Amino acid sequence: MSLRFVEGFKFKRMDSPIHRLDPRAKFILTLGFFASSLMFTNIYALMIVFVAQVPGVLMAKTVGRWLRSMRGGLFLGVFIFVMNVIFGTSIVSSLAFSMRFFAIMSAFSFFFMTTSADDLGLALEQAHVPYSIAFTFTTAVRLVPTMAIDAQTVVDAQRSRGLELDKGNLMKRIKNYIPILIPLIISAIRRSVELAEALESRAFGATDNRTSITTLKMKAADIAVIVGTISSLAVAVYVYFYLPLPTLVIPFEFPRLF
Amino acid sequence: MISVENMSFNYPNGPDVLHGLNLRINDGEFAAIMGENGAGKTTLVKMFNGLLKPVQGRVLVDGEETSQRSVAQLSRKVGLIFQNPDHQLFAETVEGELAFSLRNFGFNEDVIHRRVTNLLTALDLERYATSSPFVLSGGERKRVALAAILVWDPKHVIMDEPTIGQDYLQKDRLRHFIMQLVSQEKTVVIVTHDVEFVAECKPRVILLSKGKVIADGRAVDILTNRDLIEQSSLAMPQIASLMNNLSDLQAPPGIIDTYSAREFLRERLRRGVIMRSPPGG
Amino acid sequence: MPAIVATDLSFTYAGADKASMESVNLSIEKGEFVVLTGPSGCGKTTFCRCLNGLIPNFYAGDLQGKLKVDDVDIKGKSTAELATHVGFVFQNPENQLFSLSVERDVAFGLENVGTPRKEALKRVEWAMEATGILNLRNKAPYELSGGQQQRAAIAGVLAMRPSIIVLDEPTSFLDPKSAEEIVAVIATLNQELKLTTLLVEHRLDVVSKYANRVIVMDRGQIALDGPPSEIYGDNARLIGIGLPKVTMLFHLLRRDGFPVGKNPTTVDQATEELRRLLNE
Repeated sequence: MSLRFVEGFKFKRMDSPIHRLDPRAKFILTLGFFASSLMFTNIYALMIVFVAQVPGVLMAKTVGRWLRSMRGGLFLGVFIFVMNVIFGTSIVSSLAFSMRFFAIMSAFSFFFMTTSADDLGLALEQAHVPYSIAFTFTTAVRLVPTMAIDAQTVVDAQRSRGLELDKGNLMKRIKNYIPILIPLIISAIRRSVELAEALESRAFGATDNRTSITTLKMKAADIAVIVGTISSLAVAVYVYFYLPLPTLVIPFEFPRLF
Repeated sequence: MISVENMSFNYPNGPDVLHGLNLRINDGEFAAIMGENGAGKTTLVKMFNGLLKPVQGRVLVDGEETSQRSVAQLSRKVGLIFQNPDHQLFAETVEGELAFSLRNFGFNEDVIHRRVTNLLTALDLERYATSSPFVLSGGERKRVALAAILVWDPKHVIMDEPTIGQDYLQKDRLRHFIMQLVSQEKTVVIVTHDVEFVAECKPRVILLSKGKVIADGRAVDILTNRDLIEQSSLAMPQIASLMNNLSDLQAPPGIIDTYSAREFLRERLRRGVIMRSPPGG
Repeated sequence: MPAIVATDLSFTYAGADKASMESVNLSIEKGEFVVLTGPSGCGKTTFCRCLNGLIPNFYAGDLQGKLKVDDVDIKGKSTAELATHVGFVFQNPENQLFSLSVERDVAFGLENVGTPRKEALKRVEWAMEATGILNLRNKAPYELSGGQQQRAAIAGVLAMRPSIIVLDEPTSFLDPKSAEEIVAVIATLNQELKLTTLLVEHRLDVVSKYANRVIVMDRGQIALDGPPSEIYGDNARLIGIGLPKVTMLFHLLRRDGFPVGKNPTTVDQATEELRRLLNE
């Protein structure tokens, strides 16, 4: 269990058709996948929603990292399956719920991997979200990898003083995280103070009429993506209400525990 | 003894950070690991206490392979002091900070009390014994971090960039302290790019560049070599540059600190003679 | 009219029992390159924070006395207002870069004050050229070396066209080569733009060749103020600042009884002086 899970949400600058899309178009696409995942309970439909994301992943050249993030989410996925089964859901439905989790996680992971925090901020600004909120958001996203490095350093420093994080009973293990959390929190606070000082010194908040040297403009590809998403969603809704989907039957049932 | 045999390392899915390193640091030696940012200095020292394990080759501390030991086990012998004290300070009092590692290593309370008291005195921190480490100044926090590692008396002491952000008096005090550790026969390794500091203490210099050792020898030889200095983004100590400019004086090579320079110049000025190259030569 | 005039300036941080800075009287002319140094805790950072309004707006406390920058009394002025007069570059390059591209980062301050897009783009271009980072414009700050990051920070400050720039130990985290380079950039900007420069530094060996004036603070007050060759004497050593090694060498030779003339503060000056001595 490491910070590999976080890596699935880290932006990496690359040149691909997906990276070049306007963040707003990408977000609508992500929302489309999200909505479809929530809507369907049929396992075949959910698998389609999941698999439909793969071409995008291939185009964005992020296959390796996407797979790693899926692997990172495996624990939760299995957990959802097991919990559902224990509480009496059929195996097929439990599988479907796991699938739904993966579909949603994949969609958002894909979004964050291909959209820089700056672009996100710009998208939020142009959507007339107050600048301070947009900036807080992008700075938080930007600081995730930095804080991850800090966390690793703190763990290293304390392990170098004999702290063993993998030993002891549950209580001891929890207590052992205090020497990790406190320096992390303090480092985060110190960093925020330094950042705030620097922001003030660059006249942050000087005026409500903030300008921007870059503006996001929708291009043909972006419009195409948005139109494509909306029509696919329309099709999905139609399928949901009017088309009977094949069901999967597994003739097996766990003994009911409750 | 710390030895590195044909060791290579890379982070998972990352490029090679260290390539085929070979190195041996004997007990009681004083060495400085220098090189440009990103050369692999910090990665290398993290190998010495097992935080990182070699991908190829091996690292041995006192005969034991680090890959076979836990960090806690290796740390008993190798104390690694990180650059930023804020990455380790967490206790309610300075005493508690020092006692932390001793408790982790299983010392009994009497010994803990004794050692903590001794070290607080040695590092001039007695008056802060019951203070919170967070209210101390930057320099004081650095001393607390140092004390927190030395308190368990590791045989080998490694300091990562101990001089960054320190003023002259603090550096002077640090230099004296390091020499004290050396006289106590501890192995002391400092990772640094502070050329003037190294020129004054004259440790053995191990120069890293792009993950390889490009030089390993005396400070007086390495810090006067212009090519090596250029390659590792260092600067020549002022005294060495000065001696370079006065090369016609044919001073003995390797004068890099003020006292040696003064010795040489004093003698020359008293004689009032400038040695020129032999006539016809 | 001087760029900075401090009259009896004192400051005590909220909750502290003694002043961090006491009765500072100081005048800096336009275009001067001043190095401010002193042992840790001497008040040099405190003084700098007053110049752009971080004190008393960000750091609460009791500020007494008068301070004028660019002929503007800082009393009652916010940091945002002073940002166009005084630019501030901090020690840690990481925590003063805000965007994911150098170009957007340099524009940050201009955007904050509402500079129209065309004008902002022009100034960003100019600032990046002046600091030699045009080729890095699309890179993300985390892809840059420490020295490059500091250049980006300087560019970001420069774009706002302040008449005074304050740099608080900008070389702390840099290797020796990058440290020399960044100080050379700062000196060039000071010369070419007549940008009043206040550089806080411990590494006097790196900065002495550019400074025409060194101010040493000790325990909250100004202890010494003058050209480097005058300042780097016994008093400075007693305060505990790290003089350049060549200066220390000459101090030793002087103690040995040799007729050393003026105090050399750079390697070149030391070379010259030694040759003179040896030829006599």
